[in-house]
Amino acid sequence: MTKVTPETVEHVARLAQLSLTPEERGTFARQLDDILAYAASMQSLDTDGVEPMSHVSGAGTLREDAPVPSLDRETVMAQAPDGEAGLFRVPRVLGG
Amino acid sequence: MSEVVPTATDIARRVRNRDLSAAEVTREHLDRISRIEPVIDAFLHVTADRAMDRARAVDAAIAAGKDVGRLAGVPVAIKDLLDIEGVPTTCGSRVLEGYRPPFTATVVERLEAAGAIVVGKTNMDEFAMGSSNENSAYKPTRNPWDVTRVPGGSSGGSAAAVAAGMVPLSLGSDTGGSIRQPAAFCGIVGLKPTYGRVSRYGLVAFASSLDQVGPFTRTIEDAALAASVLFGRDDRDATSAALEVPDFTAGDGGAAGLRIGVPWAFLEKGIDGAVLDAFRKSLAALESAGAKVVEVSLPHATHAIATYYIVATAEASSNLARYDGVRYGLRVDAGRDLRETYGRTRDRGFGAEVKRRIILGTFVLSSGYYDAYYLRAQKVRTLIRRDFEQVLATCDVVATPTTPSTAFRFGEKTADPLAMYLADIFTVPVNLAGNPGISIPCGFADGLPIGLQLIARTFDEASLFRAGRAYQELTDHHLRSPVMA
Repeated sequence: MTKVTPETVEHVARLAQLSLTPEERGTFARQLDDILAYAASMQSLDTDGVEPMSHVSGAGTLREDAPVPSLDRETVMAQAPDGEAGLFRVPRVLGG
Repeated sequence: MSEVVPTATDIARRVRNRDLSAAEVTREHLDRISRIEPVIDAFLHVTADRAMDRARAVDAAIAAGKDVGRLAGVPVAIKDLLDIEGVPTTCGSRVLEGYRPPFTATVVERLEAAGAIVVGKTNMDEFAMGSSNENSAYKPTRNPWDVTRVPGGSSGGSAAAVAAGMVPLSLGSDTGGSIRQPAAFCGIVGLKPTYGRVSRYGLVAFASSLDQVGPFTRTIEDAALAASVLFGRDDRDATSAALEVPDFTAGDGGAAGLRIGVPWAFLEKGIDGAVLDAFRKSLAALESAGAKVVEVSLPHATHAIATYYIVATAEASSNLARYDGVRYGLRVDAGRDLRETYGRTRDRGFGAEVKRRIILGTFVLSSGYYDAYYLRAQKVRTLIRRDFEQVLATCDVVATPTTPSTAFRFGEKTADPLAMYLADIFTVPVNLAGNPGISIPCGFADGLPIGLQLIARTFDEASLFRAGRAYQELTDHHLRSPVMA
């Protein structure tokens, strides 16, 4: 199976918007390698023609698609670390 | 403990009969919490004022002749990943520091509508990721039977609160064993309902195809009462099932004729002798009550841990993308740009286990690895589900020990994530299949509790209560309590 390197971890961390220290990258690489080596046993199973299971069938039904009131905007905005006039304020998104 | 702590059923009966006021009961339990909490650390927030206000409202309603519900005056504790409007939800994480949800979880609404009194929010492994409560960003909860040992996890606070007699009923959530495993470690009853049985509106999501909310109690009778209140369709959760909810408290035929399947081949590896002994004795007790025990096979169950840590982490990596420091909770400003704010907020806000799982989940979903890991795990999940369907076509329940060992010591498994994951080997397959499972106290080894796990057909929790009730009539393990100060 694939060997997980600190570089792989760094690549994946960037996809997941996580900043990791070099030490964390090394530790996670080693631990992920252990976990994936353990998971390799799964590769020996014959899964030809087996449907992938994404959820437990039979559970749940959709409600009617009718609009209902959602949460009050001011109440929701009160939770924001930074915001004004019903908008979230964030650092620069583009450029710089 | 010297005093006899009443069950939820006892309290509700006495409060409804005006034998006892909800305010008295609540005050007594809050006193008990302030006495025991310094030793156990089960709570993240105690909502004493809110609880007393609610209790007085219940008493007023009773005085006015109203029916206040089946849990009248029953003090309950809520795992800190279920929202209560205006009360902090941390999910055991720094990333939600300061968050006060603007809405209330359906399960909490249902408990309160039935007259229950919420006394606080309980400690947990961060984002429900862990089996020991050592991953809480705030503090570890201690096991009431031995404070040098973990209470289990991730719902360790809720389990310890019930075991220590601080509340007769609490709520947890179970994604891979997070109700059943701490119930076993703390010597109480813990129910993971069928996927779809209980609304998850207001539950912080970890792995959405696996998460389910359920109760901790000391007796089966209380678990059946809680289930009768909690279960049922909620339009705010599309995965909740529109099925009739029976009154589970109505007793039934006992264990006579009950068919119990035991997957012996699956149980052979890495299990403590004392746990296996207690398990065999509990089967013998059920047999003496007329149950028939047969050997069954779950050939794919050995792949459950691998499957789980791919499916659950993939879903978690997606669910936890929302913690970005923009809309609620912690924000760490880096100054330069939004991307840096995301990275630093998440780096500071998440602990090591959460980062590890986000990385693993992102990896198994990433380009080039998806087919080999995620898609394959979903197929193996189908095979595991089929195993249970086949076995439960001829058996009423499947029985296993809940955990391979009793509660371990703090620090024993923290250095090796895989060793920690393997402690969930008997509970994880049940979440993958979607079936209901329960852990029931079934003995002790060196003073530490052991749990018996029973698993039933989907939406057939009634069989779990039937077997559990029969078992508790024959045994007294559930009547033992740890000695508290």
